[in-house]
Amino acid sequence: MRDPRMSATPTTTGLSTLEALESEGIHILREAVATARKPVILFSGGKDSVAVLHLATKAFWPGRVPIELLHVDTGHNFDEVIAFRDATVERLGLRLKVAKVQDYIDDGRLRERPDGTRNALQTVPLLGAIADGDYDVVFGGARRDEEKARAKERVVSLRDEFGAWDPRNQRPELWNLYNTRHLPGQHVRVFPLSNWTELDVWRYIDREALELPDLYYAHEREVFERDGMLLAPHPALARKESEPLKRRVVRYRTVGDASCTGAVESAAASVADVIAEVAATRITERGATRADDRASEAAMEDRKKEGYF
Amino acid sequence: MTATASATPALENAAPASATPASATPALENAAPDSRQTSLLRFATAGSVDDGKSTLVGRLLHDTKSILADAYEAVERVTRERGGEGIDLALLTDGLRAEREQGITIDVAYRYFATPRRTFILADCPGHVQYTRNTVTGASTADALVVLVDVRTGVADQTRRHLAVAALLRVPHVIVAVNKIDLLGWERAPYDAIAADAAEHGSGLGIEVSVVPVSALLGDNVASHSRRTPWYTGPTVLELLESLPSADQIDTAHLETGENVAGWRLPVQNVLRPQGAAISDEYREYRGYAGQVSQGIIHVGDEVVVQPSGRRTAVAGLDTADGPLDSARTGQSIAVRLADDVDVARGDLLSSVPDAARAVKNIDAHVAWLADRPLRVRDRVLVQHGTALVQALVVRISGVLDISLPGGTLDSSIVHGDSLALNDIGVVSLLLASPLAIEDYSLHRRTGAFVLVDPQDGATLAAGTARAATPGTGPDGYLSI
Repeated sequence: MRDPRMSATPTTTGLSTLEALESEGIHILREAVATARKPVILFSGGKDSVAVLHLATKAFWPGRVPIELLHVDTGHNFDEVIAFRDATVERLGLRLKVAKVQDYIDDGRLRERPDGTRNALQTVPLLGAIADGDYDVVFGGARRDEEKARAKERVVSLRDEFGAWDPRNQRPELWNLYNTRHLPGQHVRVFPLSNWTELDVWRYIDREALELPDLYYAHEREVFERDGMLLAPHPALARKESEPLKRRVVRYRTVGDASCTGAVESAAASVADVIAEVAATRITERGATRADDRASEAAMEDRKKEGYF
Repeated sequence: MTATASATPALENAAPASATPASATPALENAAPDSRQTSLLRFATAGSVDDGKSTLVGRLLHDTKSILADAYEAVERVTRERGGEGIDLALLTDGLRAEREQGITIDVAYRYFATPRRTFILADCPGHVQYTRNTVTGASTADALVVLVDVRTGVADQTRRHLAVAALLRVPHVIVAVNKIDLLGWERAPYDAIAADAAEHGSGLGIEVSVVPVSALLGDNVASHSRRTPWYTGPTVLELLESLPSADQIDTAHLETGENVAGWRLPVQNVLRPQGAAISDEYREYRGYAGQVSQGIIHVGDEVVVQPSGRRTAVAGLDTADGPLDSARTGQSIAVRLADDVDVARGDLLSSVPDAARAVKNIDAHVAWLADRPLRVRDRVLVQHGTALVQALVVRISGVLDISLPGGTLDSSIVHGDSLALNDIGVVSLLLASPLAIEDYSLHRRTGAFVLVDPQDGATLAAGTARAATPGTGPDGYLSI
C-alpha cells in the first residue's frame, strides 16, 4: 500500500480553512434546524452573531432564514449597536424578540448589583425568554477560543431545566453527527462558530463584506481608565475622581454591555486594519475588554453553570 | 499534571517579554497565516496520565507563539500561587475548576493555533481510563492522533487502548511522541526499543505510526529540531502535523489522480422549498436538497441513486448562496437540484453511479460504548447515521476487545462477551427497523459511521463503525448477517 502521506500537498487540494469553517457552520445550522421544534438565534448585533446570522442566510438560501431572533438587552447597550441590530433584522425581513433586563428589575424579579454591571443579570431574562418562546434549540455565536471554559463545550450543548451546563457530564460528540435530542423542559445551545477564532471571524467579515456597528473601527471617544481597561462614560458607570476623562482613538473588540466592556486604543479604521491588528495582538479578546471574565479564574465556567451562554 | 513545580529554564526565557497591552510586540509573522489560503488539520492528543500530554500541548502552543500575553500571565500567576515556579503549561489547557483542582484533564479542550503553513484544531483529550469516551469524541474528527508515551515506562495498556481507538476510527495518521527523553540523558536505545514496540502494535492494528523522540518540557523535536538527539534525523512533531494531508485531502487527492475512483455521497439534510418565503420571486418554485458532501466530487450531470428508495435521476444543478457550481467536493455544504421530481426527504442519501451505496437492514459494527449503563442483547436503540435516525434492535454481541493482548489485531483481540460496559469496544449486530445506506467504515469514513442514541432520554450511547459487508445478499437486496 502506498503511503498517503506522500500523496497530497496541503494547500492544493481540499478546502481552505475559512471555506471548511463556513461549510461546517452551515452544516451545523441545517442539522439543528431540521431537528428543532422551535429554534432561535441569539442576535445582539455583535460581530459573532452577525457571522452566525450570515451563515443562516446561506444555509437556507434561497429561502429566508426560518428562525426567530432573540436579544437579551441589558439596558446598557451602545445605541449604535441597537440601531444596527434593528436595521439588520429589518433588511432580512426577520422577527426579533427582545428580553429586557430593565423589565425584570422594574417588576422586582432582578435586583441591580452594587457595581451597576448587568452582564451577569442576563441569565434570568435569557432563560425566561427561552421558556416564554418555547424555544428548544438556541443558537449562539460563542467560540471556543474565547475562554478556557468555552474551550470545553460541545458544538451542541445540552442544558437542563435551569439552563445549566454540566461540564463533567457532557454528551460525547462524534464525527459530524450532532445529537440535539432532549427531554421536555431541557433545551440545547448550538454554537456554529465553535471552531472559529477571532481572526477567522474577521477574515470572514472581510471576505463576505459584512456590515458591523462602527464601534468596531477606530474612532475618537472620551474614555477613562479602570483596571487597565478603557471605559466609555455611561450613566450606569459611576466614574471616580481618580479616573479622569481623556480623548483617545479607540475601537471595541467586543460590543457587549457598556458597563463592563472596554475599548482598546487602536488606529484600525478598516476591516483590513483590524485583521492586521488582531493577527499581531498579544492580548486575548476577553482579557482585553471584559471586566466580568476577570473576576475569578473560573468566572465564565461559574456563569455557564447557572445558564449563561 | 506533569511538568509542574520543576523549574523550566527554557520556558522562562521564552516567556513574552512584555506584560502590558500598550507595549505590544511587533507583528508575530508566525502566528497569523491567512485562513483564506491555508488548509486545516484537526488532530487529537492521547496518552496516559503523567505522560506529559498537557505539557506537549502547552509547548506546541508556546512555540508557535499561540499563547497571548494575558493568558500566559494568568497561568504564570496561578502557578506561583500554588507554590510552583516558572509556568505550569498544563494550566493552559485544563479549563475547568475541577480539572485545575485535581490536576487532571476531564474533558476534551479544543485549541486553535497556526503556523505559516497551516491552521490547526487541536482536541486535547484526557488520559484517564475513565474518560476514554472523551478520547473517542476527540479522535472521531481527527486527521491525526498524537499519542504520548513516557520513555521510562514505554508502551502501556492505555497506549494500546488509544492505538485501538485510532485503528477503530481509522484516524489517518498516528504520531507516537516518546516523551521525557531528557530524563534518560537523550539516549537512543530506550527510544529505539519503544519505537519498535509502537510500530509492532500499530501494524498489528493496521495503522502506520510515525515515532518521534521528544522532550515536551524543554521543547526538543516538538517544534524545533533538537541538537541533543543527533541520532534522530526525522521530522519534528510540528513538521509532521504541517505536512500530513487531512482525511478530506486524501480522499479528494485519490479522486483527482483517478487512482481510486470512489464515488460521492451526500446525506440530505433539508429540502429547500421556499415558496412564499423565497428571498425573491424567481425562487418561489425552487426545490433543492441541502447537504454537505461527505465523500468525493459531485459534478453537474452525474447520475444519482437516492437511497434507501433506489430511485435514479441526475444532478441538474449544484447551488450555493454565492452562485451555482460545476462541481462540489468533500466537505462543501451545497444544495443539489435533481433532474426528475423524485421523492427525496431528510435522511436520504444521494449517491453516485455505478458505485452507489446499498441500503441494508442488518449491520455488523464495532461499537465503542460510551454510556454508564451497559449494552445488552435485545436492547432497543436509535441509530443516527448521516442525517437519518432509525430504530434498531441489538440482535447479537459477539465479543469485546481485550487490549491487553500484545500485538493483536482488532479482530484477533476480540474475546467472548455478551454485554458492553462503559469504555468497552465490542462487535455488535443490529437489526434496523428501516433500511439505511450504511457502508464499510474502512472504505467510507462518513457513511460507515453512526452513533447510538437512547430512545428514552436522547443520550448519546456509542460510536459505531460498520464493518466490511458480510457476503451473501438476501433476496430483498439487503445484506444478511
